[in-house]
Amino acid sequence: MALYILRRIALSIPALLGLILLTFVLSRVVPGDPAATLAGDAATPAQIAQIRAQYGLDRPILEQAVIHVRQVLSGDLGNSIFSGRPVAEEIWQRLPATLELTFVALFLATLFGIGLGLVAALDHNGPLDHLVRVVSVGGLAIASFWLAIMLQLQFSMEWNLLPLRGRLDVALGQVPRLTGFMLFDTLAAGRPDMFLDALRHLALPAFTLALPGLATIARFTRSGVLEVLQKDYVLYARAAGYGRFRLAAIYVLRNAVTVTVTQVGLLFGALVSGAVAVEAVFDWPGLGTYAVQAILSADYKALLAVTLVIGVVYAVVNVAVDVAQAVIDPRVADQ
Amino acid sequence: MLTALRHLLRDPVAALGLLIVVFALFVAIFAPWIAPRPEDAFESNIMLRLRPPSAEFPFGTDDLGRDIFSRVILGTRSALIVAVSVVLAAILIGVPIGLAAGWRDGWLSEVLMRVTDVFLAVPQLILALALGQLLAPGLTTAMVALALTYWPFFARTVFAETRRLRGALFVDALAGIGAHPMRILLLHVLPNAAPAVLVRATIGMGFTILTAALLGFLGVGAAPPTPDWGLAVAEARQHLPDAWWYATFPGLAIMLLVLGFNLLGDGLRDAADPRLRRSRK
Repeated sequence: MALYILRRIALSIPALLGLILLTFVLSRVVPGDPAATLAGDAATPAQIAQIRAQYGLDRPILEQAVIHVRQVLSGDLGNSIFSGRPVAEEIWQRLPATLELTFVALFLATLFGIGLGLVAALDHNGPLDHLVRVVSVGGLAIASFWLAIMLQLQFSMEWNLLPLRGRLDVALGQVPRLTGFMLFDTLAAGRPDMFLDALRHLALPAFTLALPGLATIARFTRSGVLEVLQKDYVLYARAAGYGRFRLAAIYVLRNAVTVTVTQVGLLFGALVSGAVAVEAVFDWPGLGTYAVQAILSADYKALLAVTLVIGVVYAVVNVAVDVAQAVIDPRVADQ
Repeated sequence: MLTALRHLLRDPVAALGLLIVVFALFVAIFAPWIAPRPEDAFESNIMLRLRPPSAEFPFGTDDLGRDIFSRVILGTRSALIVAVSVVLAAILIGVPIGLAAGWRDGWLSEVLMRVTDVFLAVPQLILALALGQLLAPGLTTAMVALALTYWPFFARTVFAETRRLRGALFVDALAGIGAHPMRILLLHVLPNAAPAVLVRATIGMGFTILTAALLGFLGVGAAPPTPDWGLAVAEARQHLPDAWWYATFPGLAIMLLVLGFNLLGDGLRDAADPRLRRSRK
C-alpha cells in the first residue's frame, strides 16, 4: 500500500511540472511587452530596460523557463500587477475561504448524492427513481451563477431568511485568524453565535455549489448500486434473509461506492471552477473573486498564479482520491 | 445505427431531449422571423424600460426597454453557434491526437498523452479564463479558449477506443491483407470510435453552453448589446429584486437547452452501449 501511495505521488510530478510550464507559456502569450506593462504608461525606455533586466526578461526563453520553474518551486509567484503585493501572499489569504466553501459543498454533495442514489436504486423504476433522475439531470443543466442569483432573490431579498453576501456579519466583529476556516476559527474563539452566523452565510453558496456534484454522485451511486445488486453474493445475502436496508448498508454500498469516490475526485475540479461563479455572486472572499478581480484589472500574474494553485490543489486531491479508493478496495492497489 | 436511433426514440427521456434540441435548432435558424421584435437586438426604447411580463412583452423588458422574449430567442442562435464551433474545433484537435497516441506505443504517444494530462489537470473554466484574459477578452477569444480546453476530453475518449480496437481481430486481418495503417485508422478504427465521440460531443454541447454563459456573465465573453443569455443575467443583477423577470428568463433558456443536450447525450450513451441497454429494459 505504501509503495502504491509513493508511486501515485511520483506519477503526479510530471503533470505538475507540465502545469508550471503551461503557465509560463501562457504568460508569454500576453499581448505586448510584459516589461512595458509592468513599468506603466509613463515609463522611459531606460526604465523599461531596467525592469526587463530585473525580471530576467532579456534572457533566452529557455533560461527564463528554468528560472520560472525554480521561482514557482520556491513559492515565489511574483507580484500582483494590480496591488504590487506578492501574489502568493494574497492567494494564501484567500485560499481557506474557497477551500471551506468547496469542502462543505463536497460534503453536502457526497452525503445527499449517495443517499439519493441509493434510494433511487432500491426503488428501481419506481417513482423515487424517476424523481432522482429528474433531480440529477436537472441539477447538471442549471447555470450555477443563475441559480445563485435566484436563491438570493428568494431567500435573501424576498424572504429575508439568509444573508445576501459575505462570510460573516460585520456587526458581530471579528475572530482571530487561526486557520482561515471560519467554521473552525469562530469555535476556537469561543463564539458559537458567530459559528451559526458563518453557517448561515455558507448555506446558499454551498448549496449552489453542491447541486451539480450532488447530481453526478447520485447518478453514479445509483448505477453502481444497481450493478452490485445483481451480484451472486447479494442474492445469497438476500436468500439468507437480510432485509433490504440492512443489505444495502452492509453489502452493497461499500462495493458500489468505489466508483463514486473517483467521481468525487473528478468533481473537485468542477467544484473549484464552479466556485468562481458562486463566489462572484455571493461576494465570497476566496480565490474565485480574486480571479474575477484579476480579470477585470488585467492582472495576468495573479490570474496565472490562481491557475497554478488550483491545478496543484486539484493534483493533490486526485492523489488523495486514488489512495482513498485503494483503502476502500485494496484490489485497486494491486493492479 | 438505425436500431440505435429506434431505441433512442423509444426511450421517452431521450426523445424529450431530442425534441428540445430540434426545437432549439429551429428557433435558432428562424430567430429573426420568430422574435416579435427582432430589432430589439440593438435598438433601445428607454420609455419602455423594466416592464413586467405582459401580453405584449411575455418575458417583460430589460433596462433599455428591449423585449426580453425577443432577445432570448435571438440569443439561442449565438449560444448554439458558440457551442457547435467549440465542440467541432475540440473534435478536430482531440480526435487526431487520440488516434495517433492510441495506435502505437512510443515517445510520441507518451508526449501526446502527458500534454493531454496537463490540460486535464487544470479545471477547464480556470484555464479558459486565463486564456480568455490573456488573448484580449471577447466572444471569439472565449470560443478559442473553450476549444483549447475541451479537446483533451476527446483525445482521452478516442485514445481509449483506439487502444481497445488496435488489438481487434479485424484490425489484424486488415493489416494482414496489407492495408495502410492510415487507411485502417481512418476508415475502420475511427468509425468504430464514432459513437463514443458522438456521446462526448452531445454532453460537451451542454457543458459548453453553460461555460460560455458563465464567461459572458463574468464579462469575458459576448459584449453588449449582443443578445447573450449569460450577459443578460449579469446586466439584470443590479435591477434585483424589483425586475425579477430580467434575470429569470435568460437563465431558464440556458437550463432548457442544456437539459435537452444532456438528456439526449444520456440516451445516446445508453443506445450506444448494449450492456446498459439490457440492464435498463
